[in-house]
Amino acid sequence: MSKLQNTTKRDLLALGGCAVIYAIFQGLIGFGVIGPFWELNLILIGINIILAVSLNLITGFAGQFSIGHAGFMAIGAYLGAVATVKFQLPFIAAILVGAGAAGLLGFLIGLPTLRLSGDYLAIATLGLGEIIRISILNTPYLGGATGLMGIPRYTTFTWTFLAVIVTIFFIKNFVNSSHGRACISVRENEIAAEAMGIDTTKYKVMAFTIGAAFAGVAGALFSHYFYIAHPASFTFMKSFDILTMTVLGGLGSITGSITAAILLTFISAALASYPEWRMVVYSLMLIILMIYRPQGLFGNKELSLKLFGRLTGGKKRDVA
Amino acid sequence: MLEINDINVYYGAIHALKGVSVTVEEGQIVTLIGANGAGKSTTLRTISGLLKPKAGQVMFEGKSIAGMAVHNIVKLGISQVPEGRRIFANMSVLENLELGAYTRSDSKGIREDMDKIFSRFSRLAERKPQMAGTLSGGEQQMLAMGRALMSRPRLLLLDEPSMGLAPLLVKEIFSIIKEINASGTTVLLVEQNANMALSIAHKAYVLETGRITLSGTAEELAASEAVRKAYLGG
Repeated sequence: MSKLQNTTKRDLLALGGCAVIYAIFQGLIGFGVIGPFWELNLILIGINIILAVSLNLITGFAGQFSIGHAGFMAIGAYLGAVATVKFQLPFIAAILVGAGAAGLLGFLIGLPTLRLSGDYLAIATLGLGEIIRISILNTPYLGGATGLMGIPRYTTFTWTFLAVIVTIFFIKNFVNSSHGRACISVRENEIAAEAMGIDTTKYKVMAFTIGAAFAGVAGALFSHYFYIAHPASFTFMKSFDILTMTVLGGLGSITGSITAAILLTFISAALASYPEWRMVVYSLMLIILMIYRPQGLFGNKELSLKLFGRLTGGKKRDVA
Repeated sequence: MLEINDINVYYGAIHALKGVSVTVEEGQIVTLIGANGAGKSTTLRTISGLLKPKAGQVMFEGKSIAGMAVHNIVKLGISQVPEGRRIFANMSVLENLELGAYTRSDSKGIREDMDKIFSRFSRLAERKPQMAGTLSGGEQQMLAMGRALMSRPRLLLLDEPSMGLAPLLVKEIFSIIKEINASGTTVLLVEQNANMALSIAHKAYVLETGRITLSGTAEELAASEAVRKAYLGG
């Protein structure tokens, strides 16, 4: 009973914290302290958090190495835009269409490809991301090479913030559920997981589908902020960006993904005037990380008040 | 309880099992002994569903289970302790056991079984929150066995439980296997340590390059000249 009360209390506390953060940023935007440039970056941070956390579910928790995440984002961006531009549907419908389409594709693609493992799966997902992009590029209905234009700007800080909270809440709860445990056991040792009676294919496909659906949400937010959906936004480099965030934060750490998404978005904002240096900095960071902290900033641990208390309490524990 | 009838299993082009037949009666300990590469683990993996036989039957309590998905076979009451233990190294001892009960939903029964396992493997009880990867080899073997028992199997498949363990620990593991069997679980044991295996088993089979060459009660085999020469060191 007390455990239940504890969880509700913690959830309420987290919810309150989110509300405070939201109020602060929304206030700063309202009073013009945060200008359009930083508002843009705030929204990008939100989108990147959704992407990094959803990829972390696939790669970090279920252990399935995917480098085609931008493909699912593209599906969400384009089909979400089709919903608003061609069918004049409201924004929420666009987000749901984007999520549903990306999730469905993730499911259909996941069934055959998730039988592969390790580097084979990586190559398959890489190919998948490119197939999606090239297909869009050659579909006149979706604007082809010029991109799909005239998308209304529906994405606001409020929408982004809400989507981020929903994503984190959903994925966190999924990971802590028995389904999530099953996914983690697949990552830890697939044969043992199977021997325990866990339907490994089912859980791999489940993680892949959910991850893809949230990438679709990120895509819909993305295209409804920039007025346009363009194939060049969803290249392999974008998938690599997302993977960098997930790996940098730590595979299996949601707070790690969030931190890394914020950090890397800031870095690319700071390097906005020197775009050619961005990839150099990213790559350098990855190299340094692999040498000094191969498990990522947080490893598979979550940043929490409890951990904070332990660190300041002097009772340091080696997380490596 | 379990009847394997003339199964043929291939790894690609390699014919690993050439018509193996094994019968396991309820309540017994049956052991498969043989050298490296004889097909012992292959037989076990075929029963648990990790491998599919090309020909032949696998019957469990009168039901054909050849070609069934592994998780469905576990639900029927067959649980495997894989070779090399394969515990979840980055999870705690407790979480490993919880995953063992994955197919069950009776939380009361699960808690009871968990207590039983902790009283049987007292070393594990002391290490509930510890990461399983930091356990010693013997403790990991105990954890792997405890984890398999959490699904409350009627047939327990053990693949080389003595592998890489000190002689004293091997003794302990084998006495635990005997206890598990005495409390009502049928055991199919694959071992290279033929001496130990024959000392606790009721019935034994000798596998050589994919074929059963000898079978009989454990006493008969332990006394047989051929087995003594080949597996018991004289």
